[in-house]
Amino acid sequence: MSIELKNVSYTYMAKTPFEHLALNDISLTIPEGKITAIAGHTGSGKSTLIQHFNGLLKPDSGVVLVDGTDIGSKNNEAKMARRKVGIAFQYPEHQLFEETIAQDIAFGPKNMGCGPEETDSRVKYAMDFVNLDYNKYADRSPFHLSGGQKRRAAIAGILALKPKYLVLDEPTAGLDPKGRESLMGRILKLHKEEGTTIVLISHNMDDIAQYADNVIILSKGKVLIQASPEEAFSRVDAIHQAGLELPEIKEILNELAAKGLPIENNAYTMEKAVSEILSVLGRQGKC
Amino acid sequence: MSFIECKNLSHIYNQGQSNEHIAVENVNLKIEAGEFVAILGTNGSGKSTLAKHFNGLLLPSSGRCLVNGMDTTEEDKMWDIRRQIGMVFQNPDNQIIAAIVEDDVGFGPENIGMEPHEIRRNVTSALRMVDMEEYRNFSPHHLSGGQKQRVAIAGALAMNSKCLVLDEPTAMLDPRGRHEVIDTVNMLNKEKGITIIYITHFMEEAALADRILVMDRGHMIAAGTPREIFQDIGAMKKRGLAVPMAAELAYRLKQKGVKITESVINTKDLVKVLCPSN
Repeated sequence: MSIELKNVSYTYMAKTPFEHLALNDISLTIPEGKITAIAGHTGSGKSTLIQHFNGLLKPDSGVVLVDGTDIGSKNNEAKMARRKVGIAFQYPEHQLFEETIAQDIAFGPKNMGCGPEETDSRVKYAMDFVNLDYNKYADRSPFHLSGGQKRRAAIAGILALKPKYLVLDEPTAGLDPKGRESLMGRILKLHKEEGTTIVLISHNMDDIAQYADNVIILSKGKVLIQASPEEAFSRVDAIHQAGLELPEIKEILNELAAKGLPIENNAYTMEKAVSEILSVLGRQGKC
Repeated sequence: MSFIECKNLSHIYNQGQSNEHIAVENVNLKIEAGEFVAILGTNGSGKSTLAKHFNGLLLPSSGRCLVNGMDTTEEDKMWDIRRQIGMVFQNPDNQIIAAIVEDDVGFGPENIGMEPHEIRRNVTSALRMVDMEEYRNFSPHHLSGGQKQRVAIAGALAMNSKCLVLDEPTAMLDPRGRHEVIDTVNMLNKEKGITIIYITHFMEEAALADRILVMDRGHMIAAGTPREIFQDIGAMKKRGLAVPMAAELAYRLKQKGVKITESVINTKDLVKVLCPSN
């Protein structure tokens, strides 16, 4: 099962002087149970694309299938399919609005028609997942949390919907290194323990290298690359053409290789870089 | 006299209320004209609160903040201070107000009553400095994030600001946009002598500064050159921060028994250590 886009195109402000083709005949697959990263520079169509995943935007042409169901249909089945996809937009903390954190997180489940008990249990589950102590925080105002906590509270609001597919747009932007690591840790836990499919929109190529099973690179509303991180990052020219960069660690290794360190240079994560360098130094008897 | 000086500066939000919060406590610092200073610290460490004192957006609860010798609490000095120090924030969309780029850049100068011919001249030279002159008649909404941030920087330059305070200006940008902004900032510092105060979570960006200040729970707990600050990886991690990727790589290699005695904070250092023929 998967989210599947077939020949999707979308134009903003069609038939006006501002007409802009944001998505141009996009076909792609987000496989269930994996972590898929989507990258592309500003204006490449990422945000427009993810809004198609749960029907917030309807394609001008083409279809969006969630687990085989066309979510553009008007029937109940399509509605249920749309609900499988939860989207946490950029800076989701700007969308906090309730008086207490628990009420804010409960908004979604209530709206979906969950009863009080089910709602309550989902709120507890979601808060636990993002590591916000229910007893301590449930009745506090979300506006008095720190930046990182607000972000987690906002994401908890999406988790309470128990989406099968969780789409996160730049979830770690603006967080400090520790906050970044801790939030990514939580997302990975969700992926491993609940089997939630993760779609990660990110500018951070090192994060993509570390976490993603698949990479989709968008450029000017088209899919430029759809591949494993290894393969994607080996296509340097295409990456640059898309206005992106290689992971920092890859740039470092390239520089070392260019300056004569005989590494294999296949690594694109810190762990693999360390072991590549160690194996060279070991051969040279330097450690 | 330092360009910016904080003496025992504290800032308390909601003072006297149940949710009172000491955001900055007893900070002493001096920033000299022409310096490039980066401020690091976790979310909630007081970086932004501190930075908002530099142009009087916030006033100290106790202690003082002096800009070019002027106390930010003296009301009649406020405009003079704000003219000298421009702020650029994280979200470009929150700080652009006009429908055309050149109007946006000219907004500040117009507001302080600058003569029209001077405004025109300043807008042109500011846009040239950030390499955005060809976009002067564009709508800001059609610009990329990096371009918008450069327009925001131009807005400060058009006021003849001598100092830019940038609060995570690259947090929302893609890699290209990040480069555009950091290159522009670096050039303004090195070639135009603009004082830069740069708040960031990106360690590679902080490594470009002359000096790094580290904030932790409202206190300034460390100050030094990037080399000094990034040397102690353990301490940085304990603070919830990180080090540049090259420093991290060197650190991990050392842990595995590779002999590295030199300090490594960038790729160049690492090349020197690992590729001895260079």
